[in-house]
Amino acid sequence: MSAFEPVLLRRAAVERGTELEVYERTGGYQALRKAIGALTPQQVMDEVSAANLRGRGGAGFPTGRKWSFLPKDAPLKYLAVNADESEPGTFNNRVLIDADPHLVIEGILLCCYAVGISEAYIYIRGENVQGARLLERAIAEARAKGYVGKRILRSGFSCQVHVFRGAGAYICGEETALLESIEGRRPQPRSRPPFPAVVGLFGKPTVINNVATLASVTDIVDRGADWFKSIGPATAPGTMLYCMSGHVRRPGVYERPMGTPLRELIEEHAGGIRDGKRLGFVIPGAAASTALVESEIDVAMDYDALREIGTELGAGGIIVMDESVCILKTLERFAKFFRHESCGKCVPCREGTVWQHRLLERLNTGLGGASDVATLKSISEQMNAKTLCALGSFAAAPQLGALRKFPEHFAAHAAGGCPLKVPAHA
Amino acid sequence: MKPVTRARIADVAGRYPTKRAALLPALWAVQEEEGWVSAGDLEAVAHALELAPADAEGVASFYSLFHRSPPGRTVIDVCDNFVCQQNGAEALLEGLCRRLAIRPGDTTPDGRVTVRRQECIAACHQAPAVQVNLEFRGPVTDADALLREIA
Repeated sequence: MSAFEPVLLRRAAVERGTELEVYERTGGYQALRKAIGALTPQQVMDEVSAANLRGRGGAGFPTGRKWSFLPKDAPLKYLAVNADESEPGTFNNRVLIDADPHLVIEGILLCCYAVGISEAYIYIRGENVQGARLLERAIAEARAKGYVGKRILRSGFSCQVHVFRGAGAYICGEETALLESIEGRRPQPRSRPPFPAVVGLFGKPTVINNVATLASVTDIVDRGADWFKSIGPATAPGTMLYCMSGHVRRPGVYERPMGTPLRELIEEHAGGIRDGKRLGFVIPGAAASTALVESEIDVAMDYDALREIGTELGAGGIIVMDESVCILKTLERFAKFFRHESCGKCVPCREGTVWQHRLLERLNTGLGGASDVATLKSISEQMNAKTLCALGSFAAAPQLGALRKFPEHFAAHAAGGCPLKVPAHA
Repeated sequence: MKPVTRARIADVAGRYPTKRAALLPALWAVQEEEGWVSAGDLEAVAHALELAPADAEGVASFYSLFHRSPPGRTVIDVCDNFVCQQNGAEALLEGLCRRLAIRPGDTTPDGRVTVRRQECIAACHQAPAVQVNLEFRGPVTDADALLREIA
């Protein structure tokens, strides 16, 4: 385990690691040369399927299968790259782009080669101006050296890569809202079917992948599916960029094999709980996941192991809180976030997020009662899986999970107090 | 509207498969050149992209980053989401606002500084996370030091 070498972040500590010259010198664009020179598009897709790479944005859908849904004969197809990360607790896209923009671009080109795509849009959240600048510069460098543009490396493969900046809206990370945003419409999710693989960006078949997913493709093509599968569990191989934040000594992004135990991430990598306090709870998959308690943190951090205990990996946003933090105050802040970010298209989400936030405010200021806890549960149940996109379920999940796991905290708040005596309840 | 703004809008208008798709890039161009997106400039963008002004307004108003009134010369965004809150974001906001004698969301009367609350900016490992004219910095705990730096 100590022999583990980072893959996606291996150039993070390399001087000028974001520049093309250094990228090439350290093995960069070899996977693209290999694909164009020696592999058919189908062989690249088969390698990614054989590697069992699963989407790093949170859903964990097999990437090769997603690519295979696109019609082979469509003359025009798009790739939309999701770099809109905005969920509280998640920041690995930022760190990855800052460390190695060319790795992302090479992964994009490999996806486009495999699927027969000639145009890719990287959708990056509007706040991340530094990431957008790094990507723009990397694309310009790659174009100048013939890796991007017409007849790449003098082959028949042509591909343009564009950076498209969002302008401040969490919902744009939802894949169809992202497409609407690029098209210049209000970014409200589309109803499906048709799915983006058939009718996507500008009405054309479209792949939508997270930047970390695509960055993983580069080494799958370079080193092979068997190498990739030697890291992490067979059901979800490869490395994961775990985001550690909150009350830990060393917050940051830690690249480890998928399925690394949560306890190891907290205690060894992030240095444990700071200020001599004890662990209160952990949110393993950012704001939309159910909190875990101390007795649960030996869980392996992968999609399936977390789903088995009723929570989610998400994009790997692990928020660690010490024993002084009130779970209801936490839920109130997340409810405020989802209320702000609901796009307003579906009634259960538009109305439900407002009520969730109001009810938690009441419970946290001593104005609530047992009926408010019952209403919070009922409203969250009515939002869960009853909206066009996942935001309704994202807002419902942490509430329903906490109602199940921390009933005594809700009961105490309903009786006018907080078991932790957290002062900021006004 | 400055000629350079007009030129940039014309440039992005032809860059995508549809004119409408140039809407966000055009609004960014306006904000970068003019400092904010006025009603008149929004109408000019709509006209250039062959959209109804109300249509363009409906899109622009969805997003939080377009200034629809003139902001201060320096815009400080403080993330006040959960992890930043747990690391001192409220104290930082309070310090900034006390020193500037404004409230979050306001601009100093001399037009120098705007302070805003911001939803998560994806830097929870550097909490409290701040953006100064969208340039990230963090962790920022000392309000006075930050104000000295931008002065």
